[in-house]
Amino acid sequence: MSTIAPTAPAPDRTPSSPRSEDSRLKAILGRWETLILALIALVFLIGSGISSEFLTGESLTTGSSDFTEYAILALPLTLIIATGEIDLSVASVLALSSALMGYLWNQGLPMEGIIPICLVAGALCGLLNGWLVTGLGLPSLAVTIGTLALFRGLAFVILGDESVTSFPTGYTDWAFGNFAGTVVPNTIVLFLVLAAVFAVVLHRTPFGRAIFAIGANREAARFSGLRVNRIQLRLFILSGVIAALAGILLTLRNSTAAGNVGEGFELTAIAAVVLGGVSIFGGTGTIGGVLLALILLGGIQKALNLDPDISTYWVNIVFGILLIGSVLGPNLAARVREARRINSRGTRPPRPGRSAAPQSGPGGEGNSNA
Amino acid sequence: MSTPTTSPAPAGPGGLAPKIAAEEEARVSAGRRFIDRLIRARELGLLVVLALIVIVTGVIEPNFLDADSLKQTVLNVAIIAVMTAGMTLVIVTRNIDLSVGSILGLSAFVCGDFLTKNPDVPWPVGVVIAVVIGAACGLLNGVLVTWGRVPALVVTLGTMYALRGVAFLVTDGRQINAEDLPDSFLTAGSGDLLGIPTLIVVALLVIALFWFVARDYAWGRQLYAIGSSGRSGGQAAKLAGLKSDRRVTQAFVISGALAGLGGAMFAARYGTVDATAGQGYELRVIGAAVVGGVAIAGGSGSVLGAALGAVVLGTIQTALIVLKIDDFWQQAIVGLLIIVAIALDRLIAKQSEALLRQRSARRRTAA
Amino acid sequence: MSTPSTTTPLVALDDASRSFGAVRALQNASLALRAGEVRALMGENGAGKSTLVKILTGVDRPNSGTVLVDGEPVVFHSTADSRDAGVAVILQEPTLFPDLSVAENVVMGRHPKRSFGRVDRPAMKKTVQGLLDRLGVDLDPDRPVQGLSIADQQIVEIAKAMSFDARVLIMDEPTAALSGREVERLFGVVRALQERGAAVLFISHRLEEVYEIASVVTVMRDGEVVHDGPLSELPEDELVRRMVGRDVTQLFPKSEPKIGEVVLDVKGLSREGVFYDVDLQVRAGEIVALAGLVGAGRSEVVQAIFGVDRATEGTVTMLGNDLPLGKPTAAVAAGMALVPEDRRQQGLVMDMSIGQNATLARLGDMRSRGLLSPKRERAEAERWGERLQLKYGRLGDAVGTLSGGNQQKVVLAKWLGTEPRLLIIDEPTRGIDVGTKSEVHRIIDELAGQGLAVLMVSSELPEVLGMADRVLVMFEGRVTAELSRAEADEERIVRAATGRVSAPATQEIA
Repeated sequence: MSTIAPTAPAPDRTPSSPRSEDSRLKAILGRWETLILALIALVFLIGSGISSEFLTGESLTTGSSDFTEYAILALPLTLIIATGEIDLSVASVLALSSALMGYLWNQGLPMEGIIPICLVAGALCGLLNGWLVTGLGLPSLAVTIGTLALFRGLAFVILGDESVTSFPTGYTDWAFGNFAGTVVPNTIVLFLVLAAVFAVVLHRTPFGRAIFAIGANREAARFSGLRVNRIQLRLFILSGVIAALAGILLTLRNSTAAGNVGEGFELTAIAAVVLGGVSIFGGTGTIGGVLLALILLGGIQKALNLDPDISTYWVNIVFGILLIGSVLGPNLAARVREARRINSRGTRPPRPGRSAAPQSGPGGEGNSNA
Repeated sequence: MSTPTTSPAPAGPGGLAPKIAAEEEARVSAGRRFIDRLIRARELGLLVVLALIVIVTGVIEPNFLDADSLKQTVLNVAIIAVMTAGMTLVIVTRNIDLSVGSILGLSAFVCGDFLTKNPDVPWPVGVVIAVVIGAACGLLNGVLVTWGRVPALVVTLGTMYALRGVAFLVTDGRQINAEDLPDSFLTAGSGDLLGIPTLIVVALLVIALFWFVARDYAWGRQLYAIGSSGRSGGQAAKLAGLKSDRRVTQAFVISGALAGLGGAMFAARYGTVDATAGQGYELRVIGAAVVGGVAIAGGSGSVLGAALGAVVLGTIQTALIVLKIDDFWQQAIVGLLIIVAIALDRLIAKQSEALLRQRSARRRTAA
Repeated sequence: MSTPSTTTPLVALDDASRSFGAVRALQNASLALRAGEVRALMGENGAGKSTLVKILTGVDRPNSGTVLVDGEPVVFHSTADSRDAGVAVILQEPTLFPDLSVAENVVMGRHPKRSFGRVDRPAMKKTVQGLLDRLGVDLDPDRPVQGLSIADQQIVEIAKAMSFDARVLIMDEPTAALSGREVERLFGVVRALQERGAAVLFISHRLEEVYEIASVVTVMRDGEVVHDGPLSELPEDELVRRMVGRDVTQLFPKSEPKIGEVVLDVKGLSREGVFYDVDLQVRAGEIVALAGLVGAGRSEVVQAIFGVDRATEGTVTMLGNDLPLGKPTAAVAAGMALVPEDRRQQGLVMDMSIGQNATLARLGDMRSRGLLSPKRERAEAERWGERLQLKYGRLGDAVGTLSGGNQQKVVLAKWLGTEPRLLIIDEPTRGIDVGTKSEVHRIIDELAGQGLAVLMVSSELPEVLGMADRVLVMFEGRVTAELSRAEADEERIVRAATGRVSAPATQEIA
């Protein structure tokens, strides 16, 4: 039904070639990723200059597996930030999952039972965040600052300050190990599989499109019949589950469960997401960009750790500068372009014929004679 | 092309209008009282919660009410409360400052280091250095946020990292111990002024100062205006001719300076400073402000309320220790309080919204 | 052609032009605002009114020509400059500080001070109370602005303008969101200002308002001033002709309806404080118009029917099936579509491409083998683009680059693609140029001809009379009249829309 008979072909519509439209979009999106790629190349060059060990298989293995948890946390965060919200509690969920794992292991449960329980606990944490944000309409920043403390606290309540180290070697060996004779750690393989799934979900499904629509204009998304609240609730639950998974991996990799693990991980994960070109206000971003940002941050960390003369704390400084620079740089570039555009048009009006009166006279003046 | 008219509705019968006006007036003043109550309720509510904690803890464990124990409680709160005052100003403008913990760490160490190496210089110089370092960090934050147009969350997350890194670089693995610091400085930290612990005097002065400034000075009111209009793009602040960028930068500078002051207080109170000093303080400070009724969305909340929030959180902390409840519950309870506080705010706001809607509905039907 | 006048205008624009790239938004425009005079500024959307206002308020500057204050040429570099010259502007949407009190909103930036530089609250309250009293309005200066009606917020804006002794008040569609009584109150305030010697520039699309309040008029078309003179010498139809540039007849080609089964059945729908007891039915092939003044609750009703707002009471039935309240997704699944009034905020995601917007409401259909297919999205968007004669460069361009009319077509494409049985369309032609306007009307008419049920909210009487098979009129949240196409005429609708329900042919419902 509902067919509007095409009366006449629209005259002034330029024929659109799908190819050019796509490549143009890609060119705009690509610029940021190109920059990160260049930075990665630079870091790897400098890294191998610092130490010949930098580019060895072993170094890359340890370097990448050390970054697994940040990388995994960054995936659901990318989706949440793309909707214009934020989840600061991910590292606390990670710790809660780790502590729960240790506690249940001490209670004598089998690993096959513990892992699903931890994932469910993560889902419940996410559900709480999501309900507070979508059900009560609270700002996610404030909510997750609260749950950051709450979940971390619960992790300590569960396990106190002990740590549990006696995990079965079958599991820890897998977490330490490399994938089928390669130098790629198993955990990184797991991450790459997850990243592929997330990329497909974000960029090639209605769910992902809805995420961007919500981030760009929440109201228009609602007016288009998208289930805005349900999608956001699901994202928070997803974030909880994935954070719990990261907690399990970290516990196995270190064969240590404790309440204090992963403190501050949320910041590195957020830094990777923002550096990867995801707008903190939502609406834009790609998993690919975040992946590149993770490689860059991991590379920097590894490179700086290699040189005994460089304080490891430069990592913090470089991360911080990169994070700010990733938003500041494009802002300034846009401003320079804008200024050039205005200058080239040369439409500045003549200087004032009458100097404006002082902007704010004595406070009471305006009122006393009004 | 003519459009529906809005030609005047016939004026109501002469006697009706004044009656409606009178009713309306009564309603308005009732509404005002209601809203007044709501505003005051936050500070009152905090006081009630505080009294409850103190009484319950005191009944179970009378030691808690010792002058010494109470003093320790308040001393623990002093540093957080000072930083909360600055944080309130920043949040009111619809921004956030995550870097205060790192600023504290950096300035505490530099202040302590300076006093250790120059034992002959009067200690207030060290305090001034700490405050200046803090203010400089705050200026950096403010400039990046206003001139650079980078969201405060990103900027201060970045400087939180970077400044902590700088603190590690400066300390270079060293630690300052109480025996290295001049006695006069440590005495100032643990001593009394007119019978009140010095740190508390400092905290009270800072809170009072910024409470008054935010409440009673045009400068402070403009911060609220900027945060309030920020929700709709800041157009109102622009039209009112407010220098938003400058005010926001100033708020960040103050937040930084007070974090620096907190650093000096930290060094004087604990004597031991390393590069990790003040780690995680940002969340305690933001938590205190939120519990104290400062809206994350900007535009509302008072310095006094935020300081009370800090006191409540600090008192709970000591009460738990005194009650020998596992220390581990602390953080969980703090988190829970933050969530309860914002959820309550939201529910109250919804309630008053519904009230206002009903009132306007009644006005319509009355008219 | 200007009325000869001896007084120097307080503020005037002399021979001003402004271009944006190739677009000439303003060409050699002159306008004088004199003390004690209310001047209407009339013109269609895009005629250059807002450019003119921006220049007078210092937001924008002309490429050539001058602004004169008391006969002296000046350059306004910012709104602060124009404010200092005594020019104040009241916008359709007030820009206030919601958390702060009424009094503080008025004095913000210019707080009265007392000892030690403290804010003098008593003085502040007294001043603002004085202003409000002089405006004859009953508002508590201490209450927060949050929760005030749009009308009261505009009063606060006017008090603000008075507080710095504005001599020139520019009112840009101030009545668009006001009810009849609120408009009356606003006009009382304007008259009071006029008597005190202020000059007022009044912009409105409602002709009756203009004739009621203004004495002189400036008419603009295509960036040029085409008429300047006393309003009394310019009858209504002549004014419209000058605005549009041609006779306005037969804008809407309405074909004979073939009315079928009941598609939408709404019973007793209420939303506390907004609208009450709304009953309405729309049948297949029928166009039902919801008429009334802005602020009567029409948009709120259709948004509650669609589910983006939650109704507190009542039922919504589509083709015999009850819909859950407050669930737009369910409404869409049942065959409902809503083209909202605010395209930029509600209709479109401005940062997304034309193609992505056109398929946003049926992402599920854009899949092939489970994944979004760019090919299918493009094909669908192109199909609808062609059917609706959408004028665009590339489907990948951001939708924000299109003109208002073409944006509206993208919204239509988005919804028509879902093959709806009911199309709700809120102010179908707001902000759309005249040419595209009739095209949108033709599209709606054709859709109805194909059996689509259409519920249309419109504030434009000719649109309502020209398009609708049945007219429901709302006033202050209630349906006050239901008129058949034969019964509907200008007078009856206006009567019902202003709460005077007495015409014999009118079925009284409320």
